[in-house]
Amino acid sequence: MKQGLPLPRWSRTVDWPLLSRILAAVVGGYGLTTIATLLASLLLPFLGVQREEALFAATMASFLLFAAIILCIFHAASATRAWLWLAGFAAPAGILLWLLWPEGGL
Amino acid sequence: MKEGLRQSMAWLHSWTGLLVGWVLYFVFVTGTFGYVNSEINRWMRPELPLAGDLLPAAEMLPAAEKWLRHEAGDAKSWFIFLPGRRGDTQLEAGWSAWPEGEERYGAFTRSAIDPRTGLGMKDAVRETEGGDGLYAMHYQLHYMSYDWAIRIVGICAMFMLVAILSGIITHKKIFKDFFTFRPAKGQRSWLDAHNLLSVTALPFHLMITWSGLVFFLFTYMPTPIDLLYPEGPARDRFYERVYGPEEGGATAKHGTLQAMAPLEPMLAQAERLWGKGSVSRIIIEHPLRSDAQVRIFAHNRTQLSRLGPILHFDGATGARLPGKGDQEVPSAAFSFALLAAHEGHFAGPILRVLYVVAGLAGAAMIATGLLLWSAKRKAKHAKAGTLPAGVALVDILNVGTIIGLPIGIAAYFWANRLLPAGWEGRGAWEMHLLFAAWAGTFLYAIWRPAAKVWIELCGVAAAAFGLLPLLNVLATQRHLGVTIPRGDWTLAALDLGALALAALFLRMRRTLIAKRDAAPAPRRRNAPAQEAAIA
Repeated sequence: MKQGLPLPRWSRTVDWPLLSRILAAVVGGYGLTTIATLLASLLLPFLGVQREEALFAATMASFLLFAAIILCIFHAASATRAWLWLAGFAAPAGILLWLLWPEGGL
Repeated sequence: MKEGLRQSMAWLHSWTGLLVGWVLYFVFVTGTFGYVNSEINRWMRPELPLAGDLLPAAEMLPAAEKWLRHEAGDAKSWFIFLPGRRGDTQLEAGWSAWPEGEERYGAFTRSAIDPRTGLGMKDAVRETEGGDGLYAMHYQLHYMSYDWAIRIVGICAMFMLVAILSGIITHKKIFKDFFTFRPAKGQRSWLDAHNLLSVTALPFHLMITWSGLVFFLFTYMPTPIDLLYPEGPARDRFYERVYGPEEGGATAKHGTLQAMAPLEPMLAQAERLWGKGSVSRIIIEHPLRSDAQVRIFAHNRTQLSRLGPILHFDGATGARLPGKGDQEVPSAAFSFALLAAHEGHFAGPILRVLYVVAGLAGAAMIATGLLLWSAKRKAKHAKAGTLPAGVALVDILNVGTIIGLPIGIAAYFWANRLLPAGWEGRGAWEMHLLFAAWAGTFLYAIWRPAAKVWIELCGVAAAAFGLLPLLNVLATQRHLGVTIPRGDWTLAALDLGALALAALFLRMRRTLIAKRDAAPAPRRRNAPAQEAAIA
């Protein structure tokens, strides 16, 4: 970086990896929580839980899950790893969600 | 963060705590006053009667009904609030108008009612937002729209949840440290106090934070329900299944105006079931219409539920209707118990005191955490002899919030006694003075040297609360000299509570002065080295 383009002064004082990690926690974490909540709402009925119950219980638990995801992201070895973990969980969950999605909604 | 779990969690704990600590302190302090909102409502309206024998409910009911028929012949709902709950002494009634245009709710009017004549006492009782105003602020904030406020508070609550969980992980020796307190050791003592306050009331902190988020469940996590049950018939069916049939009644006029079944037999039936003086409120939907519905609520002293026992009646025929029945969705039933634990409506006097103590412990936990953050940084920079601007800013925000907010709340009570009782709009001005006094403490904190501002503002807070009972003697007939002999312990408890707060601030001031006098001018010991190890 030192010999590269002359970056503006403010960009050198910004902790970019930290910013990326915060973004991963707040935006990525919330997105993953939403996907997980949706998935739980669709999967729990297969275990005999009522559909309304599944959504309500999953949404109640979503805040605890979001908090847990945030803790994991701030414990990850690096911001890049945190994003990779997020994607690693979100991609299969998203695909499963797409496969499970009922025809024409509910 | 290539460090151990405890280090990364400690970092997360201190920064999440710092970023929203001031808002959370505001939420905890105003919410704690909210646990005695009903009691403060009466304290702030000294025109209301002292505790004493109440008229039988059956005699008060016709008075309230007379006022409602006169004031609100075509209302969406009527409310009759019978006294007796939490030291309330005054019959009150209220009504909601039909919503107009795009409104979700119609305007709500409430007034004290003379239980003998059925005349409104609006002009006889001073206008105030009372304890309900403080209670509402803890999640609606003030001077901003409801939709913004609940989202800001929701984000802060989410930070709180993260701070609590990361704090638990950081704090490995929970049991051993619980019995450790090293007073007068600077940063170390703040840490011990912070740990003690956090761990003692940990179940309360977890419950209050999680349930606070659950209050606005589908506002904070809207996407799943939006996708699975889109707005419209699907959503309505979902809500009906989860919450039971809507109790508020349709917001459109359906029934025709006609005579209503008398309310007295319904009240008598409720009192036969629950005992005399056990009814807290009566709500009539679509009063004086053919589709009128009556709900009678008991004082909830036993159930971990938000509303307590309820009887339902058909307002046109007077026939008793079946209740909602058992909750079909267990997690929703669990959420209602969780919300009931948050609100504490069911709490009797002893449990209510515990709620207040737990709330204050929460506020103190946040305050000690904020102070710990700044103490750590100061210790680090002490050698250099300079203070970074960020730490100085945190110091100003700390003192302006931790001591300034209580001063603002004291100003709210002073305004209640000093503003002319009959002045229109005084309720809003009581609020303005709360925020003006609070803003004043910030200006004061910016203007005064940091070493003096804590001591001086603690003195102001102690005086503001300590002199409140004295102001009461001068301004009202509801002071300790009257309330204690008459056995009105609800009102007396608030004056005594003000004295207790004054004693607390006085104690803090004395400690700060002792610390200032004991501090050696030049640093001799190499204290920061030991303290840095803790961080």
